[in-house]
Order: sequence, then C-alpha cells, then structure tokens
Amino acid sequence: MAGVGGRRRTNDWPVLRHAKKGLRRIFDLSERGAERLFSPVLNPLAQLGALSFFLFWVVAVSGIYLFIFFDTGIVDAYSSVEWISGQHWYHAGVMRSFHRYASDLMVVSVAIHLLREFSLDRYRGTRWFSWVTGIPLIWFLYISGITGYWLVWDMLAQYVAVVSAKLLDVFPVFGEPLARNFLTPQHLSSRFFSLLVFLHIAVPLILLLGMWIHTQRISRPKVNPPRLLAALMLSALLGVSLWKPTLSQGPADLTHVPAEVGLDWLFLPLYPLAEAWGEWSLWGLLVGVSVMLAAMPWLPPFRRAPVAKVDLPNCNGCNRCVEDCPYEAIRLVPRTDGEPFPHQAEVNANLCVSCGICMGACPSSTPFRRQQDLKTGIDLTGQPLRDVRESVVAASAELKGTRRVLVLACEHGAGGGDLGGVVTFPCVAMVPPSLIDFILSKDLAEGVVAAGCSESTCYNRLGGEWTKQRFAGERDPYLRKRVERERLATIWASPFESRRYEAEKAAFAARLETLEKAAQRAATEGESDTRLEVEA
Amino acid sequence: MKEALKMPLRFAVLALIFMGVAALSNRPLYRSLPEGTGMLTLSFSHGADRRAACRKATPEELAKLPPNMRRPEICPRDRPPIRVEFDIDGKRMFEAEVPPSGIASDGPSRVHQRFVLPAGEYEIAVRMSERPDGDFTWHEERTIRIDPSNSRVIDFRANAGGFVFH
Repeated sequence: MAGVGGRRRTNDWPVLRHAKKGLRRIFDLSERGAERLFSPVLNPLAQLGALSFFLFWVVAVSGIYLFIFFDTGIVDAYSSVEWISGQHWYHAGVMRSFHRYASDLMVVSVAIHLLREFSLDRYRGTRWFSWVTGIPLIWFLYISGITGYWLVWDMLAQYVAVVSAKLLDVFPVFGEPLARNFLTPQHLSSRFFSLLVFLHIAVPLILLLGMWIHTQRISRPKVNPPRLLAALMLSALLGVSLWKPTLSQGPADLTHVPAEVGLDWLFLPLYPLAEAWGEWSLWGLLVGVSVMLAAMPWLPPFRRAPVAKVDLPNCNGCNRCVEDCPYEAIRLVPRTDGEPFPHQAEVNANLCVSCGICMGACPSSTPFRRQQDLKTGIDLTGQPLRDVRESVVAASAELKGTRRVLVLACEHGAGGGDLGGVVTFPCVAMVPPSLIDFILSKDLAEGVVAAGCSESTCYNRLGGEWTKQRFAGERDPYLRKRVERERLATIWASPFESRRYEAEKAAFAARLETLEKAAQRAATEGESDTRLEVEA
Repeated sequence: MKEALKMPLRFAVLALIFMGVAALSNRPLYRSLPEGTGMLTLSFSHGADRRAACRKATPEELAKLPPNMRRPEICPRDRPPIRVEFDIDGKRMFEAEVPPSGIASDGPSRVHQRFVLPAGEYEIAVRMSERPDGDFTWHEERTIRIDPSNSRVIDFRANAGGFVFH
C-alpha cells in the first residue's frame, strides 16, 4: 500500500548516488552541530540563500561607501585605495575589508548552497528553474569580483588584468587585443578604469536581478537571515577586518611581471590553470561544467511523482492550500462549476513537486468523513487521502502491546526508515491534523509520532514550520483541542539521526505507558468509588 | 548550554570561519614566473596593405548593384597574411603566417607571444613581411637585457619606423 513502510529509493547513477550520500552525511553532521550551537532558527546552514543575499547587501553598501573615496586613473586608483587603507583605515579601510571578505564569503555560501541542493536532489522537476537560473549567478558573481580586483591597480590587479585579457583575447571580438593595453605604462589608458568602474557597478546589478529571478518560483523565499544571525555575522566580519585588514600588494608596474602575488583562491583559483592549461582549455572547462550543471535537471533518472489534483465538489476555494504551498504551484481562479463560491483552487502541474502539503492544509482532508470513496478538496494522486486512511489502519494492525505508537513520517527524515507501524509521506505537513485525532479517537494507537526531517532544513522548505503551527493551533487547519497533547510527539530528525529518533520514540512510548497506568489507576479508583457509593 | 554562554561561542565559530576565508583570500602566495626569470613579449597589431588596389567598376557591375550602393570604384577589403620570424640568440622562437582578423579578413594581423627567459643578455632578431611570400621589409636586430621579473616588450609601429623595443 502506498506510503506504508520505509523511504522511497532513488536510482541515480552510482557515482552520483555515492557523491550525494557522502555530501548528505557531511551536511547532516554540520547542520546538526550548527543547530545545537545556533538553534534551528539561527542555523546558518539552513539559510544559505538568505545569507548570500545578506552578503550581497554588505558588499553593495560597503562598495558605495568606498566609491566616495575612489579615484579612477592609472596612478589615482592605487593612491586613493592606499589612502583608504592607510590614513582612513578606521572607517574606509574597514569598509574595504568588509567589501572584500563579504564577497569571498558570498562565494563560499553560494558554493555550499549549490552542493547542498545537489546532495538533497533538489534540482529536478519544477525545481529546474531555481537550479538553472542559479548557474548564471555564479558567472556574474565571479565577473563582479574579478572586475573589482582590477580597480585597485596593484600587483594582483596587474596579474588579474593580464591573465583576464589573455582569456578574453581568444574571442575575435575586440578590434585590438585587450592584452596590448597592459604591455607598457604607455599602452594603458585612464579611460580603461572608467570602463572597469562601469562594469563593476553594472554586473552586480545584473547579479541582483538574477538573484531576484532565482527566487521567483518559490513562495516566501527567505532573503533575509534572522537579525541576530545578521548581527553576529557583521560582528565577526568587523573582527576579521580589524585582525587582517585588506591591503594592496604594491603598485602595478607594467615594466615588471608580478612574479609572486597573494592570490584570492576563492575568486581566482582558475587563473593559474589558465596559465598552465591555456586559454581554450579553461574556457572548455568552464563552459562544459556550466552546460553539465544546466542539463542536470533533465538527466536520468526521471522520477516525477503524480501531482496534486483539485476535486471541485470538495473545494470551496478557501485559499489554505494556496497559502501553504511552498512552490507557488496553486492559485485561486474564478469558479467554473456554478457552485456558490467565488473561487476554486487550480494546480500548476509544472510547479508542483508532489509534497502533499496542500492535502494536509485542506479542511476537507478529514478521515472521519463517512464516504465510501473518501475524497478531499485537493489530493495527491500518488497517495490520496483514501489510501492514507487505509495505510493508517493497516499500520495500526501491525502494532501490538499496550504501548502502541503509530508513526506518521516524512520520507526524508529518520522516521521514513522506520519499520512497522509507520506511514510515510513526502512531507510531514501532508498529514492533516484531523488524521491524528482520527488515530487516537478510533483507538488505532495509544500515541502518534509526527516524524519530520531535520528541524531547520525541511526538505520541502516550509513543511516543518506549518506542522508546528498547525499543532500549536496557530495555523489552519488546527489540531483540535480535544486531542491529548501528551499522546502526540513531534520528532525532527534527519535520515542520519536514526539513533536519536529511536531514543526519542522509545522515551515517548515509556511516557505513554505511564499515562496508561495513570489512566487505568484513575479508572479503577473511579470504579471503586462508584461501588462504595452504591453500597452506601 | 545557557544562551549567554552560547553567544560568544557562536561569534567565535563564525569569526573562525571568516578568518579561514580571509586567509584564503591572500594565501598561499602564487608564483606566476619562476625565480630569476623575466618576460619578453612580442606583441603587435599590424594590417598589411590590401591585396588589390581600388579599380573602376564596370557598367555591368554597377548595373547589378542597387542604385544607392553604386560607387565608381570597387575596393577589395581583404588583406594578406603577414609573415613573422623571431629569433633569440639565433634560435627560432616564433615563425608564423598570421592571417588578418575580422570576418571579412580586413582587420590587422595580431601577434602576441610571451617568452619566459632566464635573466641575462640576449641577441634578438625580428622580421616581418607584409606578404606571405615577400621579402622581410621590416626587420630589427638588437641586444637586450632582461633582469629578474623584468617585462620587456617588442612592439611594432610603422609610423615610428618599425619595431619598437620597450
């Protein structure tokens, strides 16, 4: 039966599968450590996209500040930057370090963001858009950084200029080879710096536009980190800027080769390769990697789960599924069936990732309904509410003893690998709160565990948050008050945290036993009191 | 752990990561040129005379053209390749027929070659012909000195008399 038992298997190419598994393991260890230290809300690894946005703004603001003091010109550029870092180190110099290190950190956060999404397989199906639009962003980020290095016009800038010019000169689009601009001091023109300033402003603006496009197909994109985390990052940036201020590497001198330079290995790691391999080989590598990355969403295995489907007789256009969908795959459209409601939900199949969160959000998704063919307003075709109810009943039959715990698990978490008495879902937020009420009131189990994936890094972005809010009665549909909260446990655990998951589940089962005993004692005392009253 | 204790620890972890990033932003040093060597660059951009001189268009040729494009003379745009030879201490380091640039082959021929040489004195000979099979109309021989990390350039400017040594 659909959804009962362990998590679904993927059939990636073995090398990719092992790479992803290894990366997932590394990320999991780091994320759990970061969660413990920073708390799930502040976990930096759970908001790499937001951190990249934040770092962009740090770079932008510090760049605008530096531009006030910067002069364009062969000699003026270097001397103005020296003035910034020397006489005015305490404001402009610190800003220069912010500008440099925040750019470097942005490279790091973007790289980790990409690797993490890859390891979680979050680039297929509808996610192709975010994945593919992210690739030009890497190019623009690097172009922004590299043009910035030229502006300082120190020895590193000279090295970067010469190698960049050689790289660009392989394309026959320049009337005069760019490299000739850097042959001798007489060949260099101050106008070149004006062009560079223009590029160093224009390309980051294009980058920002690209970042905006990148977040267009997800709802509630997180583009700002929590304030406390932002403050911590700014403090750490300030500390590092004072500890190791960014300095120039001596003025550029075209009569000499910058034989030894302190290279920024985050922005310029490919420059030595250009010298070693030749320009065409490097372009081949860059274009090849970009094309391969762009093609990844369409490479096998093709696994596309059936998308959500609206059942009009059960949909009143209440908007809850629209609100909860993390991918903006549902919208309200004018009613088409003549029912007395202004709207109905409509699913865009191209955007739906089949997470089932909409089904969990629908007030019609209640297993109590006495219909032969149980239906709801919006259902997941591959795992409809009817199957979910049957799966729950079947899973309940597997439970024995007095500590029966039924697990409703996210397939991307530790609970998804559990055996016996488990119903898995693409996301824990697919579980309608009424399902928990159903299980407990129908005595299908003594307790229910809602087992999500990791707390700060929900596989389906918002599933964990919505589940918590529904259980807390803060988000519709609420978990009814009559549901005994002591009989419900929520465990957030990634697939690599099965030991903690088992321990928490066992502790919950032990608590349930105490509860049962207390309930039995109360019942026995109640009965004896009644007997005494009758005898009296 | 208490929140008050966690905050400095959070700062320390972030600062440590940022310090690593700052260190990678400058180190390790990269040497682009071996120690004790310098660079000699042969770089110029020169367009040879066009293959053919302008000639009067025939009435038939003019009739084939739209009225607004009828010019009395037809001037072929394409240039021939140039031939370049470059010797250091009598040893041939570069020899090429360099085609003109541009889609219509009407741009200048471009040469940009870099030679990493140990510091010292060198006998340089450079020759250029404006036709692949013609004589070397431009030539220069000179002794130059290259110091460690020195960058010497051989350019070409016809209006300055030929090859220019920087």
